[in-house]
Amino acid sequence: MVERDIVVIGSGPAGLCAAIEAAEAGAKVLIVDENAKPGGQLFKQIHKFFGSREHRAGVRGIDIGTLLLKQAEELNIEVWLNTEACGIFDQDKVWVVRDKHTSVTIHAKRIILATGANENAVNFPGWTLPGVMGAGAAQTMINIHRVLPGQKILMIGSGNVGVIVSYQLLQAGAQVKAVVEAAPQLGGYGVHTAKVRRAGVPFYTGHTVLEAKGTDHIESAVVVKLDAAWKPIAGTEFELDVDTICIAAGLTPAVELAFGAGCRSVNSPVLGGLVPWHDETMRTSLSSIYIAGDVSGVEEASTAMEEGRMAGLSAAQSLGYLQEKRYRTRFEAINHNLLALRSGMFGQKRRDAKKAIVAASKG
Amino acid sequence: MTDDKDMFICRCEEVTLREIEQAIDEGFVTVKDVKRVTRAGMGLCQGRTCSKTIARIIAQRTGRPLEDVLPKSYRFPVRPEKMLAVENEEFNDAKNS
Repeated sequence: MVERDIVVIGSGPAGLCAAIEAAEAGAKVLIVDENAKPGGQLFKQIHKFFGSREHRAGVRGIDIGTLLLKQAEELNIEVWLNTEACGIFDQDKVWVVRDKHTSVTIHAKRIILATGANENAVNFPGWTLPGVMGAGAAQTMINIHRVLPGQKILMIGSGNVGVIVSYQLLQAGAQVKAVVEAAPQLGGYGVHTAKVRRAGVPFYTGHTVLEAKGTDHIESAVVVKLDAAWKPIAGTEFELDVDTICIAAGLTPAVELAFGAGCRSVNSPVLGGLVPWHDETMRTSLSSIYIAGDVSGVEEASTAMEEGRMAGLSAAQSLGYLQEKRYRTRFEAINHNLLALRSGMFGQKRRDAKKAIVAASKG
Repeated sequence: MTDDKDMFICRCEEVTLREIEQAIDEGFVTVKDVKRVTRAGMGLCQGRTCSKTIARIIAQRTGRPLEDVLPKSYRFPVRPEKMLAVENEEFNDAKNS
């Protein structure tokens, strides 16, 4: 059997930081990722990040990704790409399939799940027509593959993903016909929202898509106003000439591996639904399994990186790689950063939701 | 949600809203049970797209809070794989770097 101290599943911001922190402590770390390239969503993030200076605010996601990969390489962290983690058995064996061809069972003393999240769907007649896609999928097309998903876009959802991807679609040369938001108020940071508005894109709050029309692809979208009970108001329908509808309606933590392994769940509506219970060291109810990033509750890349560091630190410490004093110092530093990121108007809600998860019984 | 009952909720297995509502009316009121009787969530994506929607439809139709609707079960493998991969098992660590 293949043996490693720590196996990290997922090489996005959380997974990379977890691996780096654990390797710095001296642990032998293997990262597996199902994609052909490491970095997760970081290499799609061409915009500058928020936060304070120590969280690399003002730096673009792609540059953070490059930096983390360089650090991982310098630490000789092993990375298996095109490797799908398909199951966890006996709490310490990860069964992976490489290149859709060969399976390997890795015995890991500790497992860190940094599997991220999946985009939520919105259902309306026509939502299965070609041309409807997740906003994240559209972002992958323009920023990674450099292909426009369409010419005339309708964005559903005005949260950060919705407005950031709208702006990047404009930069890539598409027209964004409108952003519709079912809630009565806008959901994204002002800076990103204002950029899209200044570019002349209309925002419709309290509106949703009633239907996408077309035969073999989208030819138009019918938008309708919603009443206070979120029901469509008859007679307020209007049609938009679009060939693409992007859905930015939130994310759901990718919890399959955690729950399949037997980790206890906690419901956290603010952070995307059912998440694995974890303590402040990111350990789950199974003592050999840690989590970090969106799988532990959907937040942002900056918090995912700090959570990754916390998970990597705690996993390495539990294997005896760190002296108590050094562990405490790092723990306090990472915890301080997490608290700072979870403050302010947007952060407080997430801080409370995280607190509720940690406070819930371990089961 | 509109009334178009023929739209697919589970696109992998092509299960419509009508079929899911029928199952709920017959008393299948957990995501797991709806999956068993309609195959919604049994396709390639294993319910990653539709199971949250199905939970919401169950909650709306039965008038229960969403958090009371029991979720689906999680089983391995979590990705669709060929049996070939099971047969091609690699034990030699040297070949795995």
